[in-house]
Amino acid sequence: MSKIICSAAIRGAKNIIDMAEETYEEALVKYGPEQEVAFPNTAYFLPIIYSILGAKVEKLGDMKDIFQECRKLLPPVVTEDIWLPYLAPALDAGMATFFAEEMFEAIRYLNEPNFYTKTEDPTEDNIWLGAADDVIFRKRGVEFVDGTAPGFAAIMGTPSDPEVASRIALELQEKNLYIFMHDQTDGKNMAELLVENGVQVGWNTRLVPFGKSYTSAVFAIGFACRVALAFGGIKPGDFKGNLLYNKDRTFAFIMAFGPVSDEWYANAAGAINWGFPTISDWDIPQVLPTGICTYEHVVSNVPHDEIVQKAIEVRGLKVSVTKIDIPMSFGPAFEGERIRKDDLYMECGGGRTTGVEVLVSKDMSEVEDGAVFLEGPDISDIEEGQNLPIAILVEVAGREMQSDFEPILERQFHHLINYIQGIMHIGQRNIMWIRIGKGAVEKGFSFKHIGVVLHGKLHQEFGAILDKVQVKIYTVQDKVDEVMELAKKVYAERDLRLGAMTDETEGVFYSCTLCQSFAPSHVCVITPERIGMCGAYNWLDGKASYQINPTGPNQPIEKGECIDEVNGYFTGINEFVAQASRGAVTEVSCYSLMNNPMTACGCFEAIAAMLPQCNGIMVVNRDYMGMTPSGMKFTTLAGMAGGGMQTPGFMGVSKHYLTSRKLFLAEGGIKRLVWIPKMLKDEIGEKLKKRCEEIGMPELFDMIATEEQGTTEEEILTFLKEKGHPALEMDTAIG
Amino acid sequence: MAKMKGCESCNDITGASTIDLLNQDLAKQVRTAYDRLEDRGMSACLFGSGGTCCRICNMGPCQIIDGVESMIGVCGATASTVAARNFARLVAAGTAAHTDHAREMVRGFIATAKGETPHEIKDVDKLHRMARLFGVETEGRDKNEIALELGEKALAEFGQQEGTLTMLKRAPEKQQEIWKREGVEPRGIDREVVEMMHRTHMGVDQEYKNILKQAARTSLADGWGSSMLSTELTDIMFGTPVPKRAIVDLGVLREDMVNVTVHGHEPLLAESLCLAVEDDEIKALAKKAGAKGVNLAGVCCTGNEILMRRGVPVAGSFIQQEMVLATGAVEAMVVDVQCIMQSVAEVVKGKHTDIITTNYRAKIPGAVHIQFEEEEAYASAKEILKHAIANFKKRGEYYIPKDKKLDVVVGFSHETINYMLGGRFRASYRPLNDNIINGRIRGVAAIVGCEHYKYADDVHFKIAVELIKNNVLVLATGCAAQALGRRGLLRPEAATEYAGPGLAEVCEAVGMPPALHVGSCVDNSRLLIALTEMVREGGLGDDISQLPAVGTAPLWMSEKAVAIGQYFVTSGAHVIFQNLPINGSKDLSKFILDGMKEHYGACWDVEEDPIKLAQKMIAAIDEKREALGINKKQERILMDMAMRRELEGKALPGAGCTQGGH
Repeated sequence: MSKIICSAAIRGAKNIIDMAEETYEEALVKYGPEQEVAFPNTAYFLPIIYSILGAKVEKLGDMKDIFQECRKLLPPVVTEDIWLPYLAPALDAGMATFFAEEMFEAIRYLNEPNFYTKTEDPTEDNIWLGAADDVIFRKRGVEFVDGTAPGFAAIMGTPSDPEVASRIALELQEKNLYIFMHDQTDGKNMAELLVENGVQVGWNTRLVPFGKSYTSAVFAIGFACRVALAFGGIKPGDFKGNLLYNKDRTFAFIMAFGPVSDEWYANAAGAINWGFPTISDWDIPQVLPTGICTYEHVVSNVPHDEIVQKAIEVRGLKVSVTKIDIPMSFGPAFEGERIRKDDLYMECGGGRTTGVEVLVSKDMSEVEDGAVFLEGPDISDIEEGQNLPIAILVEVAGREMQSDFEPILERQFHHLINYIQGIMHIGQRNIMWIRIGKGAVEKGFSFKHIGVVLHGKLHQEFGAILDKVQVKIYTVQDKVDEVMELAKKVYAERDLRLGAMTDETEGVFYSCTLCQSFAPSHVCVITPERIGMCGAYNWLDGKASYQINPTGPNQPIEKGECIDEVNGYFTGINEFVAQASRGAVTEVSCYSLMNNPMTACGCFEAIAAMLPQCNGIMVVNRDYMGMTPSGMKFTTLAGMAGGGMQTPGFMGVSKHYLTSRKLFLAEGGIKRLVWIPKMLKDEIGEKLKKRCEEIGMPELFDMIATEEQGTTEEEILTFLKEKGHPALEMDTAIG
Repeated sequence: MAKMKGCESCNDITGASTIDLLNQDLAKQVRTAYDRLEDRGMSACLFGSGGTCCRICNMGPCQIIDGVESMIGVCGATASTVAARNFARLVAAGTAAHTDHAREMVRGFIATAKGETPHEIKDVDKLHRMARLFGVETEGRDKNEIALELGEKALAEFGQQEGTLTMLKRAPEKQQEIWKREGVEPRGIDREVVEMMHRTHMGVDQEYKNILKQAARTSLADGWGSSMLSTELTDIMFGTPVPKRAIVDLGVLREDMVNVTVHGHEPLLAESLCLAVEDDEIKALAKKAGAKGVNLAGVCCTGNEILMRRGVPVAGSFIQQEMVLATGAVEAMVVDVQCIMQSVAEVVKGKHTDIITTNYRAKIPGAVHIQFEEEEAYASAKEILKHAIANFKKRGEYYIPKDKKLDVVVGFSHETINYMLGGRFRASYRPLNDNIINGRIRGVAAIVGCEHYKYADDVHFKIAVELIKNNVLVLATGCAAQALGRRGLLRPEAATEYAGPGLAEVCEAVGMPPALHVGSCVDNSRLLIALTEMVREGGLGDDISQLPAVGTAPLWMSEKAVAIGQYFVTSGAHVIFQNLPINGSKDLSKFILDGMKEHYGACWDVEEDPIKLAQKMIAAIDEKREALGINKKQERILMDMAMRRELEGKALPGAGCTQGGH
């Protein structure tokens, strides 16, 4: 009975708004209206309020208007008989609930700064993470965009049995979903039950303990709102755009365990606005007619062993999971899982032993598809703590296989091996490192399983270019050394080939619209010397992807005539972008920040921005949370560069692009680079130094400032002058 | 067929309040339409009923018999010509009635914009939407300034000679193409009525299809012209209806209050009365007269107007206008225009009740005339109320069937429907379309129009119940809506009591009754917008003719009903009446009942038996469902990432714009 639910939701909304307003009144007395309020490190203010109303809540006093809006939205209670239509009022009440809860949580950050950990993973003494900051949001948001995570389950309460809770969590992980956990049932909460049961929680395993009260549900909904703003180009205040974007693209739902309070109903009603239905294990009324959500709105009384399947069906989600025949769970959700010291059984590579992995193509006759050889001791043959050397040699063959595709296939090893629950893979090539957890060993892990995974997944993802895959794994030193020799030779040839490949040598570039499920208006242009701004797709990836799926997200673009070498204007590129953006963007430069820069979806690794006073360019990576000389943090800059629009002076870039010969060619190249965060400078240091040497200015490396020199333009300018940075002598880059 | 005074066993009067009242001695002295029908002692003229009595010139009147050579008109006019002319004149007269009503509303709107009335521009959102439609600048302008320009542009459409009417642009694009193709886009409102009258004058248009083409054009000048202007500008001025609880039937009259009933169609005066009853002077006067205050109650469509917008109770529909007076408890019945039976003046003879006519167009012997002046609306309203209060002390014997009143939920304007299906942030017709597509709701039926005394008074109810039982959502207007209200179908509880499981489930999800009161008879234009919105929302075809939607006006009495029926047909909606005055000509009947479909995608149908009529409506809906391919169970579509990527390029329906330009 919808009436029971709507009546409860409206009552719940009133309680929540009353409670939040009371908290607000107290805070107002304590701190005054000028007190700043915010969720940690975000450019989206209180994201639900910002998305729906377009209002920026920055100070405590800003909340007054929002509470008034809540009161306006709050409908009268539903009468026993001769009731007026209640669905719409209940949805409005649900929305008001979220506004109130966001303000309540913001005040909580003020009152109890350490209530939440504000980290990616739980800390020693606190499991509750609180709102995702923009670093986490952007990192994880990309997974929503590229499809590795189709959506999320917002969980209210918990099943009481830790085993059941763990199984449901695992099932959701296996569907690649994020699991956001909130509130408790009968004094128990899911996150703690999982931890008790030895399950790793945190953003890395997609099991996110958001908060221990129902009000933390706004962290889940706020996440969805931000996906629409950051990747969908939806404007703040375009409430219908945001809600429909999420209904169509973010496959999220509420999963509620145990008795449903009025307050839970209020939250559930709110979520329906986004098209997120509620699935409950409790005997509550159902709302089956469709319309606001894609299918049912509330489905109840679902047994625990069916609840995950039911949830994704109700949400209309298809998750294609190929079964990999290994005893451990397998999927993207386990990619970020860590093997900590106490969980470690043994390890290979990583400086402890020799480790190497390499993929080579062979003649069809030389490869036996599906064969997995292991030479040397397996896990069952060794004691805990006994480390082994390892070499993973994958040999593939296929009519469409090209040697250019080898590095692409090889690069998959990292995440594919990481997908195995209980196994951690770090690095690549001959600096690879594998850590085997005790949990995996208990389930019967064998090194051969790595072979099974690589065979199965490479076939699945690259079936169009390869026909046969065999995997050889060695854990004896002499064999490992043999493979190492082979590998070094392969790496050297490859690097030579890649290094020789330039924008001039190749006739086609590739488009990338992988993000279009979330960012409908943006098109990336990938050239040999400018990889996708997400850092994940280079020109060869584009080429391979096109080969695999000729109608897929990567299409060849005949670059046509180069009409401006310095800016990087190509007739073919302009035509393609004009068509793909439906006329919104008619000209794109490949090498300029100031003239028709490339648009961005929002999932860029870093942002380049012009610093007019310094006459130079700064680049900030998304992991850097501090202030930058542009006067804006990454998150604010992201708002200027994203959304599929050209904003001269602001552009999304990959970290790799910083050492490209085509970097800011139109603005004078790397000599314009004046500031990058220290962490980024450390990360790309080697390559950057090499690049400086290449242009005959090895001293340039030390002239590039970091936050250690300052975070204001004035400070940087002083530093540049002191060092005699070449940018100061260059023509002005503006105008 | 008809019934005797106080008859307890006859089938024709089934309304409990009417039966109760007519059983009282005081009511037995009243001669009602039932009695007059009985007393006439003559059955209706066959030529008139079949549409083949021609009184257009003085060579006749000629009674025409189709196919009998000697029985054509003196001028040679055939049965098809005569019946077509008569039918077309019904449309013209109905359109004229709506038009003159609308003109008064637009004039009142302009006066309000100028600050000359006690009213104000209430729905600014709608003002802006209409202004955009009419090309009136809204940016940075005062609402009254915008309203004045909008009102003047609207008024100009009545006398417009060239071009097309603005509101036509609101129709689905394909609909507009059809009208263009058929050459039936109205050029101006009055012009089409005048041309219709001219072409049906002796010796002008004598080709029945050509006559009916102009009838179609005239009907659009009503539906998408004057009626729509009236609805929208009235909404802007008096507020767009939102869901409200109210009560209907004779029991709403109050023993302890001065009962003033408002009867007719134009809400200008009624709205002023609503304001004036709150006036301190009026309250004091009522108290002085020994009453607790003034109880305003509606009758007929003036009743519907203030019921929808203010929740003012309705004492009776058209068929009950004499009953309301027969209670002896009404101090004054204030009437404006349309559907006021002359007998009301007769019924009150010997009672303290005054019939107060207020419009110079509509006078009745025996009534008191107090001219309602727009510029002095409030003063006029107070004068009328004072007159009524003065009568209170003179109230003699009276009987109010106090327990005969029913709760209703009203106020289902297009905007309400849009809101109630998704709330402020997700308002749309999507859930309606979705549940039609998935089969929970079979389709939508409009039950509109009048009432009369020739059939039993439960025809609307029977049809509605049959539809609801078969999961058809009912939208009702006019006196038909009141008839459903008196039977309890406008209560949300009626969904569980009457509706089929699918419709009941949707009603329960939304909290709405299975029959929605959409407004007065002029508000049938709201249904055109609702149908358009269903088309626009997607999944149910490209024009109105593809929608699983159908209309009926059983018990139609007024010429306006035929104009309404024709504008629905011309707009692509199938319409079934109980009868039409066309069967005297085979050719014409064939064209109206079938041939029109070729032109407009819809035609008329007739069926006398209410249950069969409802079943025909259901069959018509099923036919559309089949054509749309939604008659089968739909498979659930599960989306993977690739499918979501394909969403690219297709604008998300409704995304980004909160208020369409319609």
